[in-house]
Amino acid sequence: MSKAAGLLILDYWVSPFCQRVKIALNEKGLQYEDRHENDLFGGKSELLLKSNPVYQKVPVFLHDGKPVCESTIIVSYIDETWSSPPLLPPCSYGRAQARFWADYIDKKVFDATGNIWRSKEVNVEAKNEFIGILKQLEEALGDKDYFNGATFGFVDIIAIPLTCWFLAVERIGGFTVAEECPKFSSWTKRCLQRESVAKALPDPEKVYEFVLMFRKMQGIE
Amino acid sequence: MEGGVVLLDFWASMFGMRVRIALAEKEIKYEYREQDLRNKSDLLLQMNPVHKKIPVLIHNGKPICESLVQVQYIDEVWHDKAPLLPADPYKRATARFWADFVDKKMYDSGSKIWKTKGEEQEAAKKEFIENLKLLEGELGDNLYFGGEGFGYVDVALVPFYCWFYAYEQCGGFSIEAECPKLIAWVKRCMQKESVAKSLADPEKVYEFVLHLKKAYGIE
Repeated sequence: MSKAAGLLILDYWVSPFCQRVKIALNEKGLQYEDRHENDLFGGKSELLLKSNPVYQKVPVFLHDGKPVCESTIIVSYIDETWSSPPLLPPCSYGRAQARFWADYIDKKVFDATGNIWRSKEVNVEAKNEFIGILKQLEEALGDKDYFNGATFGFVDIIAIPLTCWFLAVERIGGFTVAEECPKFSSWTKRCLQRESVAKALPDPEKVYEFVLMFRKMQGIE
Repeated sequence: MEGGVVLLDFWASMFGMRVRIALAEKEIKYEYREQDLRNKSDLLLQMNPVHKKIPVLIHNGKPICESLVQVQYIDEVWHDKAPLLPADPYKRATARFWADFVDKKMYDSGSKIWKTKGEEQEAAKKEFIENLKLLEGELGDNLYFGGEGFGYVDVALVPFYCWFYAYEQCGGFSIEAECPKLIAWVKRCMQKESVAKSLADPEKVYEFVLHLKKAYGIE
């Protein structure tokens, strides 16, 4: 592990967006401080509010005190600052495709999971939309081991933390991703075998407990 | 289709305008193909099957979709002329953050101004101006965003200017009165040929918005 001065993440344990940043740093072999923010339930630190005045959200990545916000932008910054191993493909077209799919995942996946687990009744339309999105991603994956190709990379990092929420979605929605989207499921297992990923992600059972607690709080149960 | 650059676009799209500006900045010759969005062409659906939207940039027969992805692609491929993103990674991250802010905030709050009335419209106007003031704050005393030459954030934001007249007419307010510094920045950008030639005529955009309002049954 190489030491780089002053790397700090303002974090919230269940946030898949924070986990993206941790995976990127792990992939680069960097040590960092992981500081937990009480993001959802009040008590945001002065540092968080000062570092991300526009959105006041985690993750915030501080490099020698300089803040970078928005998880996909942070991952790009990490990749550009510490070049080895590269997270994006070398050619411009491949990079454009990677950015396109990262944007697609950002726009679609988390909201689609929310439409299922925030729903009191089992929402068939939400389930179909979610499965549709995963099938679209399966098409993008094709026969490759990773979205990035033969090696784990940018799009894989953007996508994999969201899968920790799939257990909750499966239990509440009454289906399994393995049955509906086996290719996506295989890709998930492949990524989870990487140490950089496994040590950054929470136990999906704990995410499920969090979702149940959130549903109770919102009066959805 | 072999070789060359083709842009599938719609004349009033601020997202398409971003790409037009980037191509003009780099002096890239390309074929512009106007699309009928009510009757989408086979080519559009084939080149952007995921979102089925314009703009689509086609380079050597291969499609690139999403305007900010396209601008970054153009900047990387034609890197020897008029760089849009800075070289320094921290400045690049800052530029991406503000371009992303424009993407997340401007289109929706602007659309709500012409699509709604009453309290909802007032809330949309307030949010729109707040977003512009945040951008003014980021611009600061610089001539362009980022403090270097005309670049990525300028390209991401300036196309929205040609919709301002429509927002003002529909919302009954003056954007220049609220955000004079931003309008000064717009005027500076409009002196560049790449911008002036890429933006639509605000009067035509307003006519288009009136036509859309009628079609949606608004008002």
